[in-house]
Amino acid sequence: MIPRYQKILFGLLLVASLAMTGILWHLRNRAHQRLLAGSDSAPTQAPEVTAAEPATLVVASDADGSLLPQDRALPLPADPGTRARVLLGNLLDLYAAPDAAHPVAVGAAGIAQVFLLPTTGETAQATPGAQLAVVNFTGAFVASHPSGIETETLTLLSICATLRANLPQVVAVRFLVDGQQQPTLAGHADLTRTYLTANAVPSGGPTP
Amino acid sequence: MRWINWALAWMAPAALPLAAQAPQPVQSSRFVAVLDAAHGGQDSGGKIASGQMEKAVTLAMSVRLRSLLGARGMAVVTTRESDQALPPDRRAEIPNHAHAQACLILHATESGSGIHLFVSSIAPSQIALFLPWKTAQSAWVTRSLSLAGTLNAALLHAELPVTIERTFLPGLDSLACPAVAIEVAPNRAKDGSVTAEPDDAAYQGKVASAIAAGMLAFRSEKSEP
Repeated sequence: MIPRYQKILFGLLLVASLAMTGILWHLRNRAHQRLLAGSDSAPTQAPEVTAAEPATLVVASDADGSLLPQDRALPLPADPGTRARVLLGNLLDLYAAPDAAHPVAVGAAGIAQVFLLPTTGETAQATPGAQLAVVNFTGAFVASHPSGIETETLTLLSICATLRANLPQVVAVRFLVDGQQQPTLAGHADLTRTYLTANAVPSGGPTP
Repeated sequence: MRWINWALAWMAPAALPLAAQAPQPVQSSRFVAVLDAAHGGQDSGGKIASGQMEKAVTLAMSVRLRSLLGARGMAVVTTRESDQALPPDRRAEIPNHAHAQACLILHATESGSGIHLFVSSIAPSQIALFLPWKTAQSAWVTRSLSLAGTLNAALLHAELPVTIERTFLPGLDSLACPAVAIEVAPNRAKDGSVTAEPDDAAYQGKVASAIAAGMLAFRSEKSEP
């Protein structure tokens, strides 16, 4: 038999808990309304688009094995590493075009990252501020690259020459594929070597 | 003085990179040319538009050149005579041990046009008693450029379009002899249309004859770097 005073106490506690639930729900709704009222999601500032600036893309041609500089106006980010990636992306987009003189599929998506690192040893002493660029290709780019000494060499040299033309502090380039070192690009050009940008100069066509 | 002779005899094999286990060298009095048909076995190389694999085209080219160079009095060593795989280091060991006066690395491609001649991008250096395996070609790169120039002249004489370039090619930098990589691309008309694929017999014969003529001209030059 439950005493009467316990029944009354239970009833009071039940009423109190229901009342508190109602108050909490009301306070939550008020807080939510206040939050929505305080945040203004309407755009108040237009997004900044970097102004186009002159850039040089050194473009390869399979027809005569040449590397020819092309002047462009491109919006480029200030960060050198991102800048290098955007430049190389634009270069690979040219190669992915239907009428490209050096056809390579995939385009800008073929460059996963570009890292700029300070050089060490004799190069650092000879050229203060010199940098090594590490270009990380995607596996899809390498898998779709045409096979051949000339076509593979031209791809690598045009990348080196484009970096040299726009980022003179880059004196050497190494290449990775999906973050790993690979023996060759597509069976020929050696990817285990460090390529010096000074050796990748724009050149003419075939011997007369 | 006997100990000096003994010491020199002991040190001599080390002067050539990893040459100790290779077969006996060919007589040095003859001009020794090494033909390296690239790829082979599971490494098929690129694919030619006609459907042929690069490894088959390079082997056919090697067979043609072997006959032409042999007929011109040269001792010819080939790295492979069948569809077999060879590691890059082995491809360099064979010419190094043969004391080759010229090494031609044969490739084929569907890209570009004409004949592409490649010399190692490595910087030249003086020849030394001990040559580092990875950069042995540095002592010979000047002669390699000379060989490329001679071949270029012969190919142009045969009215074949030629380009000469520098590249990093696995195995090439370990060669202790004048070495040129020859890449045969399709012959194209002025409008870019293909007139002969790299596996075309007549085209291959024309290219091989021109290369043989170039090798003959190179043999007449001084063969030491």
